[in-house]
Amino acid sequence: MTFQKHQSIAKLEKFAYSIRKNILRSLTEAGSGHTGGSLGLTDIFTVLYFNIMNHDPENSKWEDRDRLILSIGHVTPVHYATLAEAGYFPVEELMTLRKLGTRLQGHPGREHGLPGLELSAGSLGQGLSVAVGMALADKIDKKERTTFCICGDGELQEGSIWEAAMSASHHKLNKLITIVDRNRVQIDGKTEDVMQIEPLADKWKAFGWKVLTCNGNNIQELISTLNEAKQASDKPIVVIANTIMGKGVKSIEDDYRWHGKVPTKTELELFLKELY
Amino acid sequence: MDYINRGNRSTKDGFGIGLLKLGEKHKNLIALGADITASVVVNYFAEKFPKRFFSFGIAEQNCIGVAAGLALSGKIPVFSTYGVFAALRTTDQIRISLCYNNVHAIIGGAHAGISVGPDGATHQALEDIAIMRVLPYMTVLSPCDATQTEQAIIAAVEQINGPVYLRFGRAPVPDFIDPEIEYIPGKAQTLKEGNDITLIATGHMVWEALQSSKILEEKGISARVINIHTIKPIDKDIIIKAAKETKAIVTLEEHQVQGGFGSAVAEVIVENYPVPLKMIGMHDRFGESGQPEELMMKYGLKAELFTKDILHFINLTSVRS
Repeated sequence: MTFQKHQSIAKLEKFAYSIRKNILRSLTEAGSGHTGGSLGLTDIFTVLYFNIMNHDPENSKWEDRDRLILSIGHVTPVHYATLAEAGYFPVEELMTLRKLGTRLQGHPGREHGLPGLELSAGSLGQGLSVAVGMALADKIDKKERTTFCICGDGELQEGSIWEAAMSASHHKLNKLITIVDRNRVQIDGKTEDVMQIEPLADKWKAFGWKVLTCNGNNIQELISTLNEAKQASDKPIVVIANTIMGKGVKSIEDDYRWHGKVPTKTELELFLKELY
Repeated sequence: MDYINRGNRSTKDGFGIGLLKLGEKHKNLIALGADITASVVVNYFAEKFPKRFFSFGIAEQNCIGVAAGLALSGKIPVFSTYGVFAALRTTDQIRISLCYNNVHAIIGGAHAGISVGPDGATHQALEDIAIMRVLPYMTVLSPCDATQTEQAIIAAVEQINGPVYLRFGRAPVPDFIDPEIEYIPGKAQTLKEGNDITLIATGHMVWEALQSSKILEEKGISARVINIHTIKPIDKDIIIKAAKETKAIVTLEEHQVQGGFGSAVAEVIVENYPVPLKMIGMHDRFGESGQPEELMMKYGLKAELFTKDILHFINLTSVRS
């Protein structure tokens, strides 16, 4: 049985608000981690887990569940906070992030036993290949479920991503949806300065994918785009989701310095007041 | 006992035949190809089970991730290519997507050692054991002939749960292992008893070790011969017993001795029962083009050559009683 799908935008925004609050709190408590990307992806995770995906927090191994592969393991705080919000484990456990003995590793590690994680990941450029393998297995088994894969935009500089992209269209994996977190920044600065990835939509099209674009921080738009992505297609689908790193805390939005930085306790208080 | 060569066969052939046999029994077995399907003998399986063979082109890194995804979905993926690509080009993918996720996926590392021959250094895997054996959860298999390679792929599918690296060669070599002898992963085989020294070998070098033991016997030296077909987890008991019962150990491998098979044996000896040890293998250099036999001679990996080194080692260490 699948988890309830929420249609109310106001309700989904409340989930997103709560997830952002928990991202900030857990990262401050951890003392290290990746704040900007986690906040930027919050709306996408909210829509996936509370509206789009078929999944069951009571039965994380449900065999017909949609699967989400987070290729960019460093933004796992948003995944953890979303899983906790959906009821996979207690919200208080978020405060163990990155601490010795935790199930919430700095980058996701399945062997530590946290329910809801499909893949241990953290080395960039690998998740899409795994998602291809999963989608291929479903195709062999004639399963109708969807495999989602979230990639970073900077991550697309890894050559292996394009090996995976080529193979997904070659094998017509039409139940594979890749979401590119297009926040335009990476650790060293703007993606287009560090290593140009544009024209991005053209690249995916050339690799045989159906390309959709949306505002990755607009819940309404995400719902309609992801529903469109789930429509019958003979190709794998990529959603280029334009996001803002640090979204939700005005004072750090779009500031690449917040890629791998966490708030101090004082900043946390200010950010929680700022949070919208 | 004496071992008879039933005729030279390539170990990769044993791999291909084993895979074909497994295909009938295991409907969830999936093979991935990276363009050299026939060369690594996955073609038998691919022709018999076309719906369970998937071509992924010349993109080995992707193949490892795909294997992980298949394994996480209940399939048993087998991905085979030359060991230089299978183990080295994809090391990070193997480390994270396969090993850290501890999935049951099998990597076939073909073209192991310098006996690959004329293709030369780029295609001769001489570092794969070292890299694969250091990865947590990885099992490393290195069977000695075609018969045993067939047993090894079957064991990899049926008896092991995590990621497996299975190493095999290209050149036809003596096929001598009795197929009735059970292949138990992690359990080495004493092929010949002896009291003075022990030759511990893996892969193609096992046959050479047997030949060497005959030459040593003529010189009055009783050499035990052990075949280690599972480099990780290594059979510590059989090594420690050999160290206690004979006076010195010689390791033999078609691979760099640094970090490789000899090092794996040395780790066990040094920690448990230190005795003099000599490592025969490649010493920090690349191979080159030539016929397999010519290369094995040039690099001292034929019994008639390395036995001289063993005799010298025996004199140095006063093994002879």
